[in-house]
Amino acid sequence: MARYSIWSLARNALSHHQHWPRQWRSPEPKRHYDVIIVGGGGHGLATAYYLAKEHDITNVAVLEKGWLGGGNTGRNTTIVRSNYLWDESAALYELSLKLWEGLSKDLNYNVMLSQRGVLNLAHSLGDVRAGRRRAEANRLNGIDSVWLEPAGVKKIVSIINTSSTLRYPILGSTWQPRGGVARHDAVAWGYARAADARGVDIIQNCEVTGLCRDTAGRITGVETTRGPIAAGKVGIVAAGHTSVLAAMADIRLPIQSHPLQALVSEPIKRVLDCVVMSGAIHVYVSQSDKGELVIGAGIDGYNSYAQRGSFHVLEHQTAALVELFPIFARLRMMRTWGGIVDTCPDASPILSRTPVPGLYINGGWGTGGFKATPGSGFVFAHTIARDEPHPVNAPFSLDRFVTGALIDEHGAAAVAH
Amino acid sequence: MSDRTQDYRLPAGGLIDRTRRIRFRFNHEWMDGHPGDTLASALLANGIHLVGRSMKYHRPRGILAAGAEDPGALIQRRVTGEPARTDPNWRATQTALVDGLEAESVNVWPSVERDLGAVMGALSPVMGAGFYYKIMQGSRFMWQRVYEPLIRKAAGFGTCPDLPDPDRYEQRHVHCDVLVVGGGPAGLAAARAAARSGARVILADEDERFGGSLLARPRTVEGHAGPEWVASVKAMLKANPEVRLLPRTTVFGYYDGNYLMALERVTDHVSLAEAPAGAPRQRLWHIRAKRVVLATGAHERPLVFGDNDRPGIMLAGAAQEYLHRWAVLPGRDVVVFTTNDRAYEAALDLHTAGATIHAIVDARAEPGPALPAAARAAGIRVVTGYVVAGTTGKTHITGASINKLQADGRAQPHCLETIPCDLLLVSGGLSPVVHLFSQSGGKLRYDTDRLAFVPDRAVQAQASVGACAGTFDLAGCLAEGAAAGAEAARLAGFDPGRGAGEAPACDSEPALGSDSPLWQVRYAKGTEFDWGKPFVDLQNDTTAHDIQQAAREGFESVEHVKRYTLTGFGTDQGKTANINGLGVLAEALGRPMGEAGTTTFRPPYTPVTFAAMAGRDRGDHLDPARLTAIHDRHVAMGAEFEDVGQWKRPWYYPRAGESLHEAVARECQAVREGVGILDASTLGKIDIQGPDAAEFLNRVYTNAWKKLAVGRVRYGLMCREDGMVFDDGTTARIAEDRFLMTTTTGGAAAVMDHLEDYLQTEWPDLRVRLTSVTEQWSTVGIAGPKAGILMARLASGQDLSPESFPFMSWRPAIVAGLHARVFRISFTGELQYEVNVPWHQGGALWDAILRVGVDLGVTPYGTETMHVLRAEKGFIIVGQETDGCQTPLDLGMDWIVSKQKPDFIGKRSLSRSDTARPDRRQLVGLMPKDKRRVVPEGSQIVEPGASRGPKPVPMLGFVTSAYWSPALESGFALALVAGGRARLGVTVSVALPSGEVPAVICDPVMFDKEGARRDGLPAA
Ligand SMILES: Cc1cc2nc3c(=O)[nH]c(=O)nc-3n(C[C@H](O)[C@H](O)[C@H](O)COP(=O)(O)OP(=O)(O)OC[C@H]3O[C@@H](n4cnc5c(N)ncnc54)[C@H](O)[C@@H]3O)c2cc1C
Repeated sequence: MARYSIWSLARNALSHHQHWPRQWRSPEPKRHYDVIIVGGGGHGLATAYYLAKEHDITNVAVLEKGWLGGGNTGRNTTIVRSNYLWDESAALYELSLKLWEGLSKDLNYNVMLSQRGVLNLAHSLGDVRAGRRRAEANRLNGIDSVWLEPAGVKKIVSIINTSSTLRYPILGSTWQPRGGVARHDAVAWGYARAADARGVDIIQNCEVTGLCRDTAGRITGVETTRGPIAAGKVGIVAAGHTSVLAAMADIRLPIQSHPLQALVSEPIKRVLDCVVMSGAIHVYVSQSDKGELVIGAGIDGYNSYAQRGSFHVLEHQTAALVELFPIFARLRMMRTWGGIVDTCPDASPILSRTPVPGLYINGGWGTGGFKATPGSGFVFAHTIARDEPHPVNAPFSLDRFVTGALIDEHGAAAVAH
Repeated sequence: MSDRTQDYRLPAGGLIDRTRRIRFRFNHEWMDGHPGDTLASALLANGIHLVGRSMKYHRPRGILAAGAEDPGALIQRRVTGEPARTDPNWRATQTALVDGLEAESVNVWPSVERDLGAVMGALSPVMGAGFYYKIMQGSRFMWQRVYEPLIRKAAGFGTCPDLPDPDRYEQRHVHCDVLVVGGGPAGLAAARAAARSGARVILADEDERFGGSLLARPRTVEGHAGPEWVASVKAMLKANPEVRLLPRTTVFGYYDGNYLMALERVTDHVSLAEAPAGAPRQRLWHIRAKRVVLATGAHERPLVFGDNDRPGIMLAGAAQEYLHRWAVLPGRDVVVFTTNDRAYEAALDLHTAGATIHAIVDARAEPGPALPAAARAAGIRVVTGYVVAGTTGKTHITGASINKLQADGRAQPHCLETIPCDLLLVSGGLSPVVHLFSQSGGKLRYDTDRLAFVPDRAVQAQASVGACAGTFDLAGCLAEGAAAGAEAARLAGFDPGRGAGEAPACDSEPALGSDSPLWQVRYAKGTEFDWGKPFVDLQNDTTAHDIQQAAREGFESVEHVKRYTLTGFGTDQGKTANINGLGVLAEALGRPMGEAGTTTFRPPYTPVTFAAMAGRDRGDHLDPARLTAIHDRHVAMGAEFEDVGQWKRPWYYPRAGESLHEAVARECQAVREGVGILDASTLGKIDIQGPDAAEFLNRVYTNAWKKLAVGRVRYGLMCREDGMVFDDGTTARIAEDRFLMTTTTGGAAAVMDHLEDYLQTEWPDLRVRLTSVTEQWSTVGIAGPKAGILMARLASGQDLSPESFPFMSWRPAIVAGLHARVFRISFTGELQYEVNVPWHQGGALWDAILRVGVDLGVTPYGTETMHVLRAEKGFIIVGQETDGCQTPLDLGMDWIVSKQKPDFIGKRSLSRSDTARPDRRQLVGLMPKDKRRVVPEGSQIVEPGASRGPKPVPMLGFVTSAYWSPALESGFALALVAGGRARLGVTVSVALPSGEVPAVICDPVMFDKEGARRDGLPAA
């Protein structure tokens, strides 16, 4: 891998950038791989990277039906934080956040992690109770999360409406200074480049259409739009289509797939330096390094696989936005889009072995899996390589839906991005 | 003061009102324009091309186009004396000129002419595609603390207003038979044909004037000059009561089910003084159309060559439009660079208007038959087989260098000459505006004859006509429009009549030669970088070199290239950039143009104001507050309110000078020692009727319901399928086949959904009907040892004494002269009656209670007191003691879970291994060792000393509720603690940031364990 640095940039500038190498190859699929990862999103690519890096398994292919990073990785609003309520979640997301903090260096690719802090606002006495509880749990779990009174919120974001006349006034907030945002595309590309450099084949425009098993029920490979490919192990990392792929191995998952939309404003000069989230009035917003306000909210209510949603959902979140930030009223929506998110009944992901030997599932991240990309890849690679979960993802196994050991993050944050 | 005098305005012509002048400011200069002008036309009339600066390199940006597609001429719009009414990033080409308009260049400092940001240009060699991914990755600190803040400071164009918006916005929902989008020749013909049938027609156009290309080019339709024909069709449509004309209305989104969104700019085109009274600033239309005709036209493509971005470089068609529509000559010394014949017409028109056309440079070896000949005949120099290879100038173009094309299609290394000019017209062909078609779900097809992506099959009830379908000649547009309009009406169920679909006649246009594709000027090997930057996206500063570099680096998908190079990511969403970008990419990858498709066209077509999307859902209407019938009484008594769900509930009633704590202590005491009253109207109420109503309740609640007698009331707990508590409340049997269920205040709607869901999808065989009656009944709770006395006074002559009216039953009664249902239930542990009267009589009931209870010291109490009283009794509040993770058993409520019933929602889950674990977190009471302490709710509970140990600290549970209890004279709490019920008497710690607070685990029922008080106290 040709290393990137200010010097390589300067050198290449002299030759008009004519000599940059490819960031990843575009190989023809081999006949057999030790591990096939289905889905070239951030999680799939990260899994492949850590398989190669941490477990020396390099005969790996990532099969992506479209262009890599074109799923939710390239559609999300990039909020990164680890201040989750339950110990199990806190461990997973904090592992991720720690990996995020070294990711640009590790990948030699600037993923533009920007730890500008995340506010989760409270608008009712119930919210206050839940917010304090989460901040306290975080504190004891060693996560940098504190509870702020409204004056503290105002100090961080002076343009926010802390007036008591707000329909649901701001009564306080949790604050995680190490939270923030990152550049989503760079995460996919950075992992792709680094995985490729370690020998992983990244194969785009290759849709998996079937999972093959031997008579003993063990996975033997996949059917694809580019022909069958044999594999020792297969990991499904296909956000938005997790249950579709699982069904190919006759596994029914407790997953509901929904559209989730987001939008950006036109780029304006800097006005907002942290991430502001409000579960109660349903909107969250940050300002990108290009100057756009990046805005999202909750899912569209119906099930769908079409990557678009309904306009009224955007209207609601925009109404909430201009109440929270009255000075944003005249700004304009420049672009909207949607992705499909797979939601689990307990709003926590599945990182698990399956009843089918050799088949593993990483999915059900719902509206909030981007922040988990590095950690998810790290523990999932472990799970595949060792055929047993890493301690951090052990609680996120499929059998929790049988035992009832759910990790219910709904109560903690109505909007769980 | 400026001495600009509209030097470039022609003495006559144009669709402007010359009788009136409008004064406006651009940066530091005041100047004039006329009604009908856009800011762009007025600036050009005053000889100004330089409007702004680009995103990355701060290159000077002028006016490239005349409409929505313009990428670079962005301004901050201000209005004299109205600091709150300022808008960033307005396109000069779409900004109507109004009195008091003050426009400022954005992203410049100190001025657009001398912008210090332009030093970025010196760094441009390193700032190739995606350069920022390749650097600054070594040190998180340097990136986050040094570089990123610099980038953030530099980013963005205009500035956000710093005051709240004083304007008002509206929304409307309409249905129509035929929606025609675009009021050019095709759209007008379609609307006219459809309207003749009597169908309800909406015609929308983003422009202030209908007419589209007929305003930009001299044409004759049905014997009239273009603008006159437009006026006559408009008049006819206006006279038709079934037709709604929406000028200044951009249809920006096309959703499923022929649902389209449009933004009407109602008053943005007039000054505040001229705005009709009461008119909103903008109106958002939700349009549901039976049929849609898209007639959205085409955008001309610029050409990609070295330094093709200087102000003074303009699309040929735009120059023609400035000339005909606004009587503005955008330049006097003109060079034209084209790949098609249409630009010749622009050249001829400018020539006729007095400009000198120094040369028409045509990349084609063989231009068409008619127009080039006409140009030559007019004495214009035509050079074919040549390209403009580069330009000179700084903030304005001063010359165009022309090079001959070699046999390999590349420009020769040396230029023939540099022709001085102040205007370079460019035309690379036309791109149909397929945005809405594409949003509707339709697929595009690349048409190699027309060199354009055109709509393939429509997937919704829709037709594309005219230029947006790739039909670029006027006769074709009119014919397609009329036919599609008539057909749309017919398909919508109307008879358009014979001849409605016939094409309006127009004078024939000159025959055109064929376009030839030129996605970029390619240079002789070794000279590619000698001619300056070949811009593809003028707003984001993406060059052809960037796209080629991306392709080299393995970004082959069009979406990857878009993201890596930022092509089409600007406020124009790449209207002039995307197709050229695709062409450059196709060449770089050696693939045929069109093979890789386009990037996705996403809504909105042009930016949409947030406030218009919010409409009237502002302030209190964001989520209208629900108020009880007694609300004004609470306000009058000075209550503080708490938001519970959508309801405003009295939280406590402070008397003068009282704190929350003091008021609640007083209210608690009143209930425990005298009598208090609570407005309980907000609790959800569901009327459940039908022969299977009892069976239904039996399945949704965890306890048994079949045998409940009429007149009796029972408490019930509802679980979700996963066995976790979902809601609770009391339900009364009103009749054999009728129950009245109460739910929590916040949970009412969710419970209703839950019940309907089961009835409709799981048990459609049950004969049960549900009606929400929350707002049919006002409810006042009367609680306390003296409640019986008060009740006797209110219901005189009826025996409602606890002896004859048992706990957990209800009765009809006349209370304070009102027909009421009285329930004997208790959430306080005291003798309690809940009196329900018809909603509107709630106030009368409240007043009567206060009146007859004066001597008893009857005291209104709020939710806070209610919480304290119920917590002393160990009663849970769903949503406070629960968070969706508690089974009834966790709450110590196994007494309410039937072991006999064959099934109820959640039953199966209760036996799951984890759900049945003995060490789950269980509800307990918690007494702080220091009685004065009231620990914060939400605090975590740990083993003593643990919080000083290493992290993560094991947590045993957390505090769900905590209050000061006047009755216990102590702080106390309810908590969920792992295995808590087995640990009564054990001391644990409440871990606060300031240190640990020791507390003892105890039974959650802390007051009147025996329940002696619920029938009232024996007379003292
Ligand atoms: C609008 C929106 C906003 C969001 N905001 C946030 C946020 O702020 N913070 C946050 O943490 N999370 C957020 N998320 C969630 C987050 O994006 C996802 O949880 C996360 O990206 C999922 O990771 P992934 O990389 O596995 O998914 P993806 O990037 O979706 O990858 C899955 C890939 O699988 C491919 N695939 C599917 N089926 C097949 C097949 N049969 N064969 C081959 N390939 C297949 C898909 O094409 C796709 O590329 C948001 C999501 C959306 C939609």
